[in-house]
Amino acid sequence: MQVPAAFEYAKATSVTQTLDLLAQWGEDARVIAGGHSLIPMMKLRLARPTALIDINDVDELSYIKVEGGELRIGALTRHAELLESALVEEHYRIFRDAERVIADPIVRNRGTVGGSLCQADPAEDLSAAFAAVGASVVIQGARGSRTVPLTEFHVGPYETVVEAGELLTEVRVPIRPGGGSAYVKVERRVGDWAVAAAGAALWTSSEGTVSNVGIGLAAVGAEHFRAAEAEVYLVGKPATEESFAEAGRIAAQHSNPVADQRGPVDYKRHLAGELTVRALRAAAARARGQEA
Amino acid sequence: MTVTENPTPMGFGRMHRKEDARFVRGKGNYVDDVNLPGMLHGSFLRSPYAHAKIVSIDTSAAEALPGVKAVITGAVLETLSLAWMPTLSYDTQAVLATDKVRFQNQEVAFVVADNHYIARDALELIEVEYEPLPVVADAKQALAPGAPVIRDDKEGKTDNHIFDWSAGDKEKTDAVFASSDVVVAEDILYPRVHPSPLETCGAVADFDKVTGKLTIYSTTQAPHAHRTVYALVAGLPEHKIRVISPDIGGGFGGKVGIYPGYVLAIVGSIVTGKPVKWMEDRNEHLTATAFARDYHMRGEIAATKDGKIRALRVDVLADHGAFNGTAQPTKFPAGFFHIFTGSYDLEAASCNVKGVYTNKAPGGVAYACSFRITEAAYLVERMIDVLAFELKMDPAELRMKNLLQPAQFPYTTPTGWEYDSGDYPKALRLAMDMVGYEKLRVEQAEKLQRGEYMGIGISFFTEGVGAGPRKHMDILGLGMADGAELRVHPTGKAVLRLSVQTQGQGHETTFAQIVAEELGISPDDIDVVHGDTDQTPFGLGTYGSRSTPVSGAATAIVARKVRDRARIVASAMLEVSPDDLEWEKGKFFVKGDPDQAKTIQEIAMAAHSSLELPEGVEGHLDATTVYNPPNLTYPFGAYICVVDVDPATGQVKVRRFIAVDDCGVRINPMIVEGQVHGGLADGIGMALMQLMAFDEDGNHLGASLMDYLLPTSLECPSWELGETVTPSPHHPIGAKGVGESATVGSPAAVVNAVLDALKPFGVRHADMPLTPSNVWRAAQGRPIRTDLAIQ
Repeated sequence: MQVPAAFEYAKATSVTQTLDLLAQWGEDARVIAGGHSLIPMMKLRLARPTALIDINDVDELSYIKVEGGELRIGALTRHAELLESALVEEHYRIFRDAERVIADPIVRNRGTVGGSLCQADPAEDLSAAFAAVGASVVIQGARGSRTVPLTEFHVGPYETVVEAGELLTEVRVPIRPGGGSAYVKVERRVGDWAVAAAGAALWTSSEGTVSNVGIGLAAVGAEHFRAAEAEVYLVGKPATEESFAEAGRIAAQHSNPVADQRGPVDYKRHLAGELTVRALRAAAARARGQEA
Repeated sequence: MTVTENPTPMGFGRMHRKEDARFVRGKGNYVDDVNLPGMLHGSFLRSPYAHAKIVSIDTSAAEALPGVKAVITGAVLETLSLAWMPTLSYDTQAVLATDKVRFQNQEVAFVVADNHYIARDALELIEVEYEPLPVVADAKQALAPGAPVIRDDKEGKTDNHIFDWSAGDKEKTDAVFASSDVVVAEDILYPRVHPSPLETCGAVADFDKVTGKLTIYSTTQAPHAHRTVYALVAGLPEHKIRVISPDIGGGFGGKVGIYPGYVLAIVGSIVTGKPVKWMEDRNEHLTATAFARDYHMRGEIAATKDGKIRALRVDVLADHGAFNGTAQPTKFPAGFFHIFTGSYDLEAASCNVKGVYTNKAPGGVAYACSFRITEAAYLVERMIDVLAFELKMDPAELRMKNLLQPAQFPYTTPTGWEYDSGDYPKALRLAMDMVGYEKLRVEQAEKLQRGEYMGIGISFFTEGVGAGPRKHMDILGLGMADGAELRVHPTGKAVLRLSVQTQGQGHETTFAQIVAEELGISPDDIDVVHGDTDQTPFGLGTYGSRSTPVSGAATAIVARKVRDRARIVASAMLEVSPDDLEWEKGKFFVKGDPDQAKTIQEIAMAAHSSLELPEGVEGHLDATTVYNPPNLTYPFGAYICVVDVDPATGQVKVRRFIAVDDCGVRINPMIVEGQVHGGLADGIGMALMQLMAFDEDGNHLGASLMDYLLPTSLECPSWELGETVTPSPHHPIGAKGVGESATVGSPAAVVNAVLDALKPFGVRHADMPLTPSNVWRAAQGRPIRTDLAIQ
């Protein structure tokens, strides 16, 4: 039987209380929300936190709202809430695309936005989606809070800048009207982690050139889940198939996938390009209001 | 397939499953639900290495942990002569490793503790010193010069060879090949997969020191066979052993053999004097219990230019893992693989199967394979398409041209099987009509013009199920015949006792319906008892789709015996000669005077009453029988799969799946359809996603359900089922068994469909599973070798 090693447990009801408990129990304590990554790791004894601080009742972290020209998403927001949010859909369709292919309904009912980002799995879809839309995250600690762009959030696989005693509380996405966004993913089976996935958010000028673009990539070893070189290339180029194909080529070239049972390196690199093109194509069509 | 307003039929027909009332209410009783007073919990320490010498094991810290009741190692078992046990293939298998470990996750030590948590904590306190050895992870390297010898426990063993087994007339086959216009060869892997039922394996053993009675609740498909094996191996008296197989959450052949966990639960109970529960987790189940397949096949097919197939020749390298533990009739080391000529009229065929040891878990026969007919059906159906590819022929036309014709039955195949009955062209034509075959080919051509790739795949299979004639088929000397007992109470309600054990097949309903058909007692009034060796007659259990062919026959026959007794009682009641009575379902009446009748219920009461019975006639109606099948039954079917493939990503979408099954007479069509649905999902899984590869160190790369993917409803289309009915001439009710048909038949249809879609890329073959990466690589002529780690 897979059963975790012994640990302390407390239920927090506020951010302040969570931070107090983190301070009290030290660096081997872990915050638990949805628990869909942490609990299996504990049962396999790959993770052995000495204490769990349950934040499922920290209601102040559960919201989706627009404030200060930004979409603000509380860390405790469930995947299912992000999926179903009309407010999010109004501004960024990439999130419904992404959430529809994240795990399964049972996981989405429980798993949280903040938990997904902090787990920092290299194949995490939300990391790529948030990277594409230029999101930033709010991290709170005993000495106050700081805001970190998503492109500086990940330190490496399963590693972020969130330090011991700190809590990710919010994700912020700047609202920029007039664009389109989309997410595409190849998985071996519904609910599987991505073999590769790409998200794009794209804005065009009145002349039809790309005025701003974000490209996120999951599972292909892209630095900070982002195809930065392809983004740079695209700005100022016409939003055409030719430009997207070149952007895809650049994204593939700069990806750094590793072989595993989901596929060999050449295939994953190919997908990085192919899916970048498909995401850009869909985002551009949505920007033009051409695709439902 | 809606079953809303159907009254209970008096016999065959659709009806809800009687057992489902408890399952849908959460009132099933599985092994893990068994909780006995004072019960302890056992857990295994397993090997991280695939091949390593055990230098030392230190259990002292684990033993010192409060709550730990026993730590059992191979050395402890050696003192009881239980460190090794026989397998169902006359090999030996380590119960706990003593000299060395031979596959990753092999059982090394067993902790018995007050609860799971303590047991698991204690495992971490056991210190084992290993000396890693070179690993055989690639079956193709098992017989290479200098390959490490895995089974050096066997005296004089200097290589990893287990057996060579041949069937068919090689000389004649070679001659036909030499004189044929067209010869095509292909290397085809049926990869290692795992049945992975919802319920993992487990046992609760309860040894009563006072009475000497050992009760074992275990996840077994064959409770009687297990009891006898326990008696023979452990020297326990057989009448003091009771094996109870309660509700089983799926078996698919993975619960036929005896696992170290069952043995350790027993040893743990004997050592501690308390009941001991052992329940596997998913990782243990996937890595250490019976895998399936792992056949590296080279097929060669010989034909005329115009597509008349003449002969088939197959060489197989069979990866059996570290111990030869395949569960099949003992005289057939390659199972029924030599049925590989399938549904076709050939002049000759021959095969050779070479079994080898590797540093992987033992097993091989599981996952609804009908003793390796899955491999055989896949091989021939792939080879037909390979031939169609070379001849540029339509695969449906090629099959039609070569199918056995109805007039040829009973048909003896070139490798010696005697097919009982069939109308193959009718089944294939029906499937083609259902799918709209000719129209689909037009659509496919149109789509290709637009750069869209769709594929149509056909598979026609012949199964051989219901092992078996006991003369030919036994397991460890136990003949494959099964008993049945039918008891009719005074009020006309009945109890049927069976040796076979349901794992979800619906026995409590199907077998009640057989009795109902024979006696006219409602299925609602018949209780089916199974899964308890103290309560049921001996028999070999449920696997190889044998329950209906064997125990279904036994049930019909025992019911007919009851009817014969009822005739005598009725004749006494009506004061006529038994010969003057006529049977109509549910009653006997006097010939020519239908009003003079007695119902089976009236007869049952009279049989227990003071009624004077003829001299020499016993009272009551109860009867027993043992059924020794004269032959296998041979169900068959025609499957057609339609897929859409995106070659730029390698993604496959199964659009439609048509399954025409002929399993003879259908007892409960709803249950038959449910079994077909499940098997078709299995086929999608094996063809497209289930991947159990090993890296060069022998690490298992499919050790969780995140890595070993089972299909969901979203990968499955809405199945379209059809049927033809060709009764088995030798089965009392003409039924053939269907539990494994769809698993046997469907993988080839899916694979053939995907490869049909890839035909414009010049792709003739790629191995399962056709994951997106494999499809993408195949389209470029570089398919992935799926049994090894992807590089």
